[in-house]
This record gives sequence, C-alpha cells and structure tokens, in this order.
Amino acid sequence: MIEAHLPILQVIIPLLAAPICVFLRHPVATWALTTVVSWICLAISIWLLQQVQAGGEIIYEIGGWAAPWGIEYRVDMLSAWVLVIVTSIGAVVMPYAKLSAEKEIDRDRLYIFYTMMLLCETGLLGITITGDAFNLFVFLEISSLASYVLISLSQDRRGLTAAYRYLIMGTVGATFYIIGVGLMYMMTGSLNIADLAKLIPDVAATRTIQAALAFLTVGLALKLALFPLHFWLPNAYAFAPSVVTVFLAATATKVAVYAFVRIIFTVFGGINILQSLQIQDLLAALAIVAMFAGSAVAIYQTNIKRMLAYSSLAQIGYIILGLSLNSVGGISAGLVHLFNHALMKGGLFMVMGCVVYKIGSAKLDDMAGLGKRMPVTMAAFVLGGLSLIGVPLTVGFVSKWALLQAVLDKGWWPVALLIVISSLLAVVYVWRVVEVAYFKVPSTAAMEKDEAPFSMVLPTFILISAAIYFGLDGTTALDIAGDAAATLVRGLK
Amino acid sequence: MEFSGLFVYWIIVALMMSGLYIVIAQNNLVKKIVGLNVFQVSVFLLYITMGKVTGGTAPILADNITVYSNPLPHVLILTAIVVGVATTSLGLALVVRIHEAYGTIEDDEILEQDDDA
Amino acid sequence: MIVDQMIPWAIALPLLGAVGIWLARNHANVRETITLVTAVLLFIIVAAFFDDVAAGDRPAWSYGEMIPGLSIAFELEPLGMIFAGIASFLWIVTTVYAIGYMRGHHEKNQTRFYVCFAIAISSAVGIAFAGNMLTLFIFYEILTISTFPLVTHSGTDAAKRAGRIYLGILISTSIGLQLVAIIWTYSLTGTLDFTPGGIMEGKVQPVLAGILLAMYVFGIGKAAVMPFHRWLPAAMVAPTPVSALLHAVAVVKAGVFTVLKVSVYLFGIDFLRDIGAGTWIAYMAAMTILLASIVAMSKDNLKARLAYSTISQLSYIVLGAMMASGLGIIGGAMHIVMHAFGKITLFFCAGAIMVASHKTEISQMRGLGRKMPITFFCFLIGSLSIIGLPPFGGVWSKWYLALAAAETEQVLFVAVLMISSLLNVAYLIPIVVRGFYNDPPIENHDHDLPVSESDHLEPLEHLAGDVSGPHQWKLAGCAEAPPLCLVALAFTAMGCAGLFFYADSIYQFVLPIIQGGAS
Repeated sequence: MIEAHLPILQVIIPLLAAPICVFLRHPVATWALTTVVSWICLAISIWLLQQVQAGGEIIYEIGGWAAPWGIEYRVDMLSAWVLVIVTSIGAVVMPYAKLSAEKEIDRDRLYIFYTMMLLCETGLLGITITGDAFNLFVFLEISSLASYVLISLSQDRRGLTAAYRYLIMGTVGATFYIIGVGLMYMMTGSLNIADLAKLIPDVAATRTIQAALAFLTVGLALKLALFPLHFWLPNAYAFAPSVVTVFLAATATKVAVYAFVRIIFTVFGGINILQSLQIQDLLAALAIVAMFAGSAVAIYQTNIKRMLAYSSLAQIGYIILGLSLNSVGGISAGLVHLFNHALMKGGLFMVMGCVVYKIGSAKLDDMAGLGKRMPVTMAAFVLGGLSLIGVPLTVGFVSKWALLQAVLDKGWWPVALLIVISSLLAVVYVWRVVEVAYFKVPSTAAMEKDEAPFSMVLPTFILISAAIYFGLDGTTALDIAGDAAATLVRGLK
Repeated sequence: MEFSGLFVYWIIVALMMSGLYIVIAQNNLVKKIVGLNVFQVSVFLLYITMGKVTGGTAPILADNITVYSNPLPHVLILTAIVVGVATTSLGLALVVRIHEAYGTIEDDEILEQDDDA
Repeated sequence: MIVDQMIPWAIALPLLGAVGIWLARNHANVRETITLVTAVLLFIIVAAFFDDVAAGDRPAWSYGEMIPGLSIAFELEPLGMIFAGIASFLWIVTTVYAIGYMRGHHEKNQTRFYVCFAIAISSAVGIAFAGNMLTLFIFYEILTISTFPLVTHSGTDAAKRAGRIYLGILISTSIGLQLVAIIWTYSLTGTLDFTPGGIMEGKVQPVLAGILLAMYVFGIGKAAVMPFHRWLPAAMVAPTPVSALLHAVAVVKAGVFTVLKVSVYLFGIDFLRDIGAGTWIAYMAAMTILLASIVAMSKDNLKARLAYSTISQLSYIVLGAMMASGLGIIGGAMHIVMHAFGKITLFFCAGAIMVASHKTEISQMRGLGRKMPITFFCFLIGSLSIIGLPPFGGVWSKWYLALAAAETEQVLFVAVLMISSLLNVAYLIPIVVRGFYNDPPIENHDHDLPVSESDHLEPLEHLAGDVSGPHQWKLAGCAEAPPLCLVALAFTAMGCAGLFFYADSIYQFVLPIIQGGAS
C-alpha cells in the first residue's frame, strides 16, 4: 500500500514537517523532528532505488490525473540515484546540525533554520522526482528561497549580502528557466518532460526552440554555478553557517546539475542537442576553464570555507566536462562524481564546521597547530583533501579515473592531460592547509588537545569514511551511474 | 501581421531587457529588486499572451462559447506570481537587515565596508 | 588457500608494528624490541611463501573493486618474492644497525623514525606483491610519502630543502608520467593485471608502446634514470640507516623492480624486443651508468659518493630490462639482490664511521682504517662486490648482464659495463686504501671526541677499541662504532661473499618468469 505512494511521500513528508516546526518552535523538538524526517526520507529513497533497480521506471500520477494533463512524478535510475544522494547527505547533516547550528545561529532563529532545512530538502527532492517541467520550477524556487534564508541566518553580516546576491542571481536563473519552459510550451503545448522529449524533435529546427534551449542552459548554468556564472557561490558558501554550507555544497549544486542533465539528455535527448548545436565544445571549454580557474583561485584564499567553495567550482567543471562528452562513459563519470564530490566536499565542509565550532574562525592563519589540537578532525581533512586531489583509494580517484577513460575514449588526450595538471593544483591548495595545521606553531592558542564534540565528529567521519569506502569499492557507484547514463543515452536514440 | 502581430512580444522583450538591465546596473539594492520584478512580470506577460486564442473568450463553460483561450498558462502564472511575491518580500526583508547591519543599501558602499573588514 | 590469506598479513604486519611502536613511544627498549620482532615475523611470513612460489604456485589475494576489473590485488611471483625477501631480510639487519646508530648518534624523534620505517617496509612489500599496476602505484606513492619524514628527519633547513627536492621529483614524475602511462595503458588494453607475456601485444601500436615505455621508465622516478636522479643525492641528508635500507635497497629497488615488472608483465619481453623502443632508453641507462660513476668520483662526501654509485648501479638493472632479453631480466633481478647487499654494507660502514669519528668527508678519512679495521675491511668487501670481482655476489649479476648484452649483439653495452667496473674501482678502492695506508693527520686526535654510547654498550665499545692497534692511545674509546652497528655491517659483508655461492639458486628461482614470457 505504502509502496505505491512512495514517490509522493518522498516530497510530502518534509513539506508537511516544515510548518509543524514553525508551531513547535522549541529548538530541540524541531531538531528531533527534522532529524527523524531526514531519516525517513533516506529510507524512502533507498526503497525507491531498490524498486527501480528491480522493476524499472516508476510513474506516479498525482491525484490520478494522467500526464500530460496532470503532474506526474517519475523515478528512473538517475532520479533515484540523486534522491539517495540528497537524502543521505540530509540524514548525516541533521544530527551534526544541532551543535553547529546552536553555535552559529541565534537561538531564537533556530526553528527557522530547521524549517528552512526541511523546505530546502523538499525542494531538492521535488526537483529530482518530478516529471513536469513547470513543477520543477516551483520546486526550484522552494529550495532556492529556503537556501537564501538559510544563508542569511549567518551571524556574520556578510552572510546577508551573500544571501542577497544569491537571491538576485538565483531568481534571474530561475526566471530564465521558465522563459525556456514557456517557449517550449508555446511550440509543443506540453509541460511534461517525457512528453516534451517526444514532441521536441519535430519542432527542433525552429528558432523558438533554440532560444528556449539557450534560456534553459543559461538559467540552469547559473543555478549550478558553471563558470562564468558562478559569482554568487563563493561568498554564499563562505559566509553561510557552516552546517548550511555542508548541506548546500553537497546537494544544491548537484540537484541543479541533475536538472541540467534532464533538460539536455531527456527533453532534448531526441535530437542529440550537444552535437547538433555545437554546445559540446562550448560546455567542455567552460568546464576546463572552471577546473583551472576554480583551483587557481582556491590557492589564494585565506578563508578555508571560501577556498573549498572555489574548489567546488573546479569540481563542477569535472562534472560538466564528463557530461559534455556525450557518451555513456562520460555521463556516468559526471554522475559518479556528483555522488563522490557530495561525499568529500560534504565531509570537508563538516571539518570546517568543527573547526569553526572550536576556534570560531575559518581563516587559514587561525588554523596553525590544529593538527595537534584537533587531531581527529584534521585527519578527516587530510583524507578528504586527498580525495579532492584524486589520490588512489579515495572516491576522487574513482571519478577522475572514469573521467579520464571517457576522455581518452573520445581521443581528447590533451584534455586528459589538463585533467591531470588541474589535479596538481588541488595538491597545492590542500597542502597549504596541511602545512599550516601540522607544521606551523600556533602563536597564542594553547596546544591542548581540544576536539570537536562527538556528535559533530561522527557525521564528519561517516562521510569521509564513505569517501574511502567507495574509493575502494568504486564499482558499486559506477554501476549505478553507468545504468543511469545508459538510460539517458538510450533516450538519445 | 508580421510586426503588429508580434507587438506584444516586442513589449515583452523590451520589459525583459530593461528589467535585467536594472538588476545589473543599479547600485541600490531596492532598485535591483524592482528591476527583478519588472523582469519577472515580462515573463508573466509572455505566458499569458501565449494562452490567448484569437477571437476566444475567457475559458468559462457556457452554452454559447466555443472558442476560448487556453487557461493553463494563466494558472501557471498564478503560481509564478506567488513565487515572485515570495522572492520580492524575502529580498526586501534582506535589504532591511542589510541596512541594519551596514547602515546603507548602496552596493558599492557595502563592498567598501566588507573590504575594510 | 592459507597461503593466499597470509598475503594481506604480510603487508599489515609492519603497519601493526608501527602502531605498536607508537604505543611504546615512551619506552625505548620496548619500542625497539617491537621493531625487531616485527621485522623477524615479517621475514618469516615472506620466507614461508618461497617454497610455494618456487614450486610454481602463484598465491593471490584481492579486495574491493575500485574500477571495473581493478582491485587492490596481490599476486606472488618470483621477481616480487626476491624483492620482498631482500627488503624484509635486510630490515632485520638494518633495525639492529639502526638501534646502535640512532642511540649512538643521539637522534631525536626516534619513534617517528621507527614508525615511518615500518610503513615504508610495508609499502615495499606491497609493491613487491602487487598483482596489478594500480596496486603497485598506490604502494609506490605511499612509499614516497612515508619516507619523506625520514629524509627530513633532522629538521634542519638543509634537510627541508632536500625533502622538497625528494618529494617534488618523485611525486611529479610519478603523477605526471607514470600515472598517465597507467591510465593510458588501461584505456588501450582494458586491464592492468600483471600477466606473464604481457598485456600489450596486439593491442598497442609499436610507436605508441615506445612512448608508453619511456613514460614508464622515466615516470618511475625511483629508478633514478638521468635526468630524474637528483632526488637520490638529496635524500642523503637522512640518517644513515635510512640511506642504507631505503635509499640503497627498499626505495630505489622498488623503482627498478617496477621497471622490471612493467617490462616483463605489462609489455612482455617478446613484445619489448619487437618494438625496439627499449634500445634508446637503454642508451639513456648506459649514459646514466657512466655519468653517475664519473660524478661519484668527484664527490668528497662519502654518502654522496655512494648515492651516485647507487644511481649508476640502478641503471644496470634498467639496462638489463631494456635489452629485452631473458638473461638481461635475470641479470637485473639478480643485481637487485647483489647490489642490495653490497651497497647496504657500504652505507653501514659510512654510518659507522660517522658515529664513531664524526667524519663524513672522504678526505678526512686518512688512516681511519687503522682505528676502525673491521669497518674498513667490510667496506672493502662491499666495494669488491659492487665492482663485480669474485668471490663476491656482484660478479654474477654483471656476468648475466654482460651475457645479455652479448646475446643481443649490443657490444657497446658490454663495453659500458666493463668501463663502469673500472670506474667503480676508481671511486671505491681509494677510500679503503687511504684508510689503511695513509697516516692519520696529526691534528685529528683531540676534538673529535668519543661519541658516548648508550650505557650498556660501553664495555663492548672498549673491547672494540683494544683491537685497533698502536694508535689506540690517541683515540681511546672511539675506535669502532657501537657493536650493534658492527654486527650488522659484518653480517651483510659476509652476505656479499655468501651470495657468490648461491647465485645459481636465484637463477633457478627467477627462470620461470622468462620462460613464461617466451612461451
């Protein structure tokens, strides 16, 4: 019975929990509710993934109205995969959130924080699960509005301006997206993604559809912070409360990438848009520039949260590069990096959350001697950093390997070389932190061992050990990503 | 037909571009939000125009009505308007808080203060 | 089956030892006992594998699946057994030596030293047992990183600078060339498993294979083929036991071992011969042999001279591999053993001299042989083995290498080997001669004072002083190095001689790999 309604439960449970939080108001009660809800969501998403693996695509018609008139939810391999990523990050972040949020967010605003976390998760899950292009916009705005609020909860006033800029850019991006959807509707009369995929090829040659594609691409590229539309991201990540950064970095951009994949490979899948309109080269070029620019700027950051944010830009470059290859190998490399990057960047930002919790700053200079003071936390940073570089035995290696193989399959060997070189830039920025934390003697702070609380260190290590585990056993994730990519590419034909 | 038929679209494009221009060029945070509104409204108009069927009336079920406009875009735009209102109010709320924190709502002055910090 | 399950333990054991060492960090004696016990246990495990491998078994063990078809995999074969055997055996000897040296030299941070040492040995064993190129690469990198704290052990600015060179060259060549070659290989052949006869034949075009080969050989920076040799002299700032075991045996041999492994199991000897690309790399190796020997002559610092000698000797093995003949591979494999014993002896002697008399420059060592006769005698034996004179082990490996050169009609390489032997004579023997025959400089007696030993060592120390002849009155108490050092270096010197008689068993042991390649 429940099984049949899993797709809607996935979205409706966090959505309903959000207003309850507002009524509860009590920080601990709201936290408990949010945590439980995030775990239920995780259970549902895993259940869904298993169903999809066993029985293929699930189609759920809301209110019994059949598509294309009604809104339908569709769970295929790809969306089930992204659902699991989002919910598992949520499930790990919520227990962590309690202490971190108490430290970095005013007490009387804590219930807003949990409400917004739930709404944000609702939006992200909705984007992933919906089969309707306009519905996707609505969920996009739900998650975005929630994340603007989350960022502005920071006690640092720069959090406010970061949230404001993100609001402006995000709204422009979302509006671009609905312009694109509107233009498609104009030509096809449909908003259903699967239906659009069938109708688009007939009208693909018109200028309206080409304009639609341009609006959709730019809009989503803004949301996923593809270079050069990334300006909102570094400050938003750097000045948001740490736990918000963890959640957004690990999920929000990933879901935006998912939406992008849906548009490019499902809606426009029928006409193989990457090749027919030459966007392939453009995307690949932007991705490569992002890889280098992101890493290079990261090297010069003094705020480590900001540094990791720039590193995210570079990692998004890897993902987009994989997608731009337009092959099963490339897409699955991109998708597997989606997961892997969520693990390692989530873990790294959690480390920074622990650091901020203890020393109240994310500045590099203040981190001197942390290797002695917080050995466990910093060990997690080193492991996460190794993964970011792409050292074997970590997830970073698996995704870089998959990406390199896909690139070489295409015969783009200079690009392969660039990937390797850009990894070396990651060595530099990770090493800077290691050097300061382990080899620089702190000026004032005591060298006493002073570890972050267990409830924060444990989730950090869950993510970091997952980053190691899936590095040893990379094929589990690669298989799922490969299946998802294969479904998408089947849509290409 | 050519120009006049597309007349509404020209207006929409003009609104869209001026809205976007205001967002980018204005220094004042409130004006930026006004620009954002202009930009969004142009999109609302785009959808509504799209639903119009020449000679059609409002989509009401009645005996003597055979040709009526497509109601779906209107419904969609109701949703979009709600989203737009939410965005605007959140944006304005942020501006109020920024004013409390920085004492100004001019973008360049805020940047200056952040650089000093 | 039990043998298969033992493989991960051979790699885990030194790591467990490292944990034990760290836990016992406040008790020097317990800590060093743990090190020794671990070393002995490791050697027992490794030795237990020998019979199976000699009988033709190839025990294997793997875990996880990182990329489709690629696991952390281990598979034992003769080449790896030889390397693992040498590394684990000499670890015991080096530990004995290190205890004497580190205490005698009053080094700081000894716990870190022993921990890193154990990790380095673990990764050396991992390299030896690796069943595919990726596993090998992983342990290769762990070896680089774990030896970095050993190189910079003293913490001085010079050590840090040397450490940067060390890490810089090894990491950048391994990632910039070797890893790229690995990825490329995988992309072309779809596998990285070490397979008898190679995996490339029929899948890789000869020209491409030549480029790949060069990327491997130069990417394996640990093999120190010029121009990527600078890290090895830089690493000499490390304490002598490190130079002895790691930079004469474990690390550098890991490099040439990898070269052999790549040649035999990735390219395959036959394919290597067909593409002919090995030839010009062989010329590079030959050039390295000669140039490094010449540079060695110009070095006055004993360890620096030995380092350049090592660079030269490593290229013998690379040369052996690149000649793409079975005899060359066998000669190379054998040279891993022979050179290991010879060079470790020389380094032990250098360390002993440093501990006992604080001398590092060869020019200061005039007449020192009369004060330290055992040390200098062992130095002579080690030198003779390196030069390749009977009755010492070194003669056999050179013999096979020269045979290989003759077999492939590369007369030039025969000449290079001969000239190199002469150069070896020129840079090693004078040290001994100077030590025994020249009179010690007179101003030398007063300040280089007795290095005080750990208390319980002192009686023996005096004992050693008694045999040092008429000059003893000047040099009371500082004639020879601590007995633990002496025992170790005498032992490896005897090994040099012993290997002369056991060369054939090594030959028989390695033989299957080239037959596998030929079939």
